[in-house]
Amino acid sequence: MATIEQSVLARTQSGDWDVERIREDFPVLRQVVNGKPLVYLDNAASSQVPQVVIDRGSIYLEDEHSNIHRGVHYLSQKATTAYEGAREKVKRFINAHEARECILVRGATEGINLVMQGYGRKFIGPGDEIIISAMEHHANIVPWQMLCEEKGATLRVIPMNDAGELLQDEYDELLNERTKFVAVTHVSNALGTINPIKRMIDQAHKYGVPVLIDGAQSAPHMLVDMQDLDCDFYAFSGHKMFAPTGSGVVYGKAALLEKMNPFQGGGDMIKSVTFEKTIYADLPNKFEAGTPAIASQIGLGAAIDYLNSIDRKKAAAHEHELLRYATERLTAIEGVRIIGTARQKTSVLSFVIDDIHPHDIGTILDQEGIAVRAGHHCAQPVMQRFNVPATARASFAFYNTKEEVDVLARTVEKVVEIFS
Amino acid sequence: MSELSELYQQVILDHNKKPRNFRTLETANHSAEGYNPLCGDHLTVYLNLENDVVKEISFEGSGCAISKAAASMMTQAVKGKSKQQAQKLFSEFHSMVTGNEEREEGQELNNEAEGLGNLRIFEGVREFPVRVKCATLAWHTMHAALNNLGTTSTE
Repeated sequence: MATIEQSVLARTQSGDWDVERIREDFPVLRQVVNGKPLVYLDNAASSQVPQVVIDRGSIYLEDEHSNIHRGVHYLSQKATTAYEGAREKVKRFINAHEARECILVRGATEGINLVMQGYGRKFIGPGDEIIISAMEHHANIVPWQMLCEEKGATLRVIPMNDAGELLQDEYDELLNERTKFVAVTHVSNALGTINPIKRMIDQAHKYGVPVLIDGAQSAPHMLVDMQDLDCDFYAFSGHKMFAPTGSGVVYGKAALLEKMNPFQGGGDMIKSVTFEKTIYADLPNKFEAGTPAIASQIGLGAAIDYLNSIDRKKAAAHEHELLRYATERLTAIEGVRIIGTARQKTSVLSFVIDDIHPHDIGTILDQEGIAVRAGHHCAQPVMQRFNVPATARASFAFYNTKEEVDVLARTVEKVVEIFS
Repeated sequence: MSELSELYQQVILDHNKKPRNFRTLETANHSAEGYNPLCGDHLTVYLNLENDVVKEISFEGSGCAISKAAASMMTQAVKGKSKQQAQKLFSEFHSMVTGNEEREEGQELNNEAEGLGNLRIFEGVREFPVRVKCATLAWHTMHAALNNLGTTSTE
């Protein structure tokens, strides 16, 4: 009888997202800021870390700390096993063909730079064109600009409409025989827009053009599948998906990674070194010079375990409901305007208030314990497109609650009052 | 909310809404642009310097309430002052908002308070370290204009 009750209970709980249960996993959420309970709505910048990830980092530091790939001793073998175990977890998480296609890097920024250096500098030349989009983070603009400047290539930009959706017709027009690379974000960090990347990848492939997807905002919130997307490169950051900073991944198809130049030179990326010639290591080590952030990457593996332990579809549904509710609440406040109203969005809510600068909004929210990002979100061209100097941005994770949205809405009302 | 009401005092809100000397200056013989790349605040300070005296001063640009009000009140404070006096005000203002005011022996803080006058209302900014750059941007820019330093940045 007890067994039946338990299974009924389990079903009931899984029917609804038990946010209070989930919050217990994240110790940072228990704290008080400026005398108020912390309302953490800056998840698109960096998400919080669950206890299991913290514990895994402690275990490494207490019991396993050592350098990887080189010691014959016990600890080095333990550290190597844990580090390579994290790579295996990444491989399954994004459904890569092989673990060696998952290069462990400091974050999405380093991943994109790795591809620019390793692929771009080798295969892109004068007169070639690189396509990016109008909603890219600086991390997916500046490396390509640097490459264009060095090689005499041209950067082409896919425009977007007033809702913050990329114009697919214009993208199709931009693609041509000179196009040698496409780098586009899966989800806009400033607007929340989810781009139809599967279609965009297919279009580029018609011209034989490889595609890099900036997955920094998608990996934490959506199920991503390298085989289904068929992208050539996909970069994401651990610290935006409940892992420590310094962890991250750039996935690349093995055939491409193999013909690329290495990224950085140093230890661990070689087979043999003489003063005459160096023979580079095989994948993935070829791209991982020097001692990596071992503890952080092991933490990323633990974060993936954590994500696998929860119902990610329900987590995404919960985040979507928070977005819907927050959009409704903020839109109802006079003078508030939402920036980024695409039909397909993740839980990013950028907004401005008439005649009130986002920094003033951010300071007043902070006094109530609410953490939002106020600024240009490392996406200045997006700000220029919408003709705003900056926005305030609330971004939700599955541990946020409707009550927190209420606190946000009440405090935004207070901001309007102070400046009225 | 007490620290907050210290920060957003009525005078500051008023200068934010109706910034004084908010225009380009046709007669300017010095100008400089100031950026705060962290938050996107951007302003230009124009001034007309004759015989080392600031005859006219104005600013334009966009920014948060603190930066706009600070710019507006900076122009009022600096107008008519000598270059040297303007520099001194800058350094006093800077010390006040960063909380680095030093009292020399036997010297009362009141002496400085007199110098800064109504600029003292920015004292609350020191409780908000990330906003100090907002309050000082216009002052840095004025300093750059006076000394022909061109573009200045808080970073």
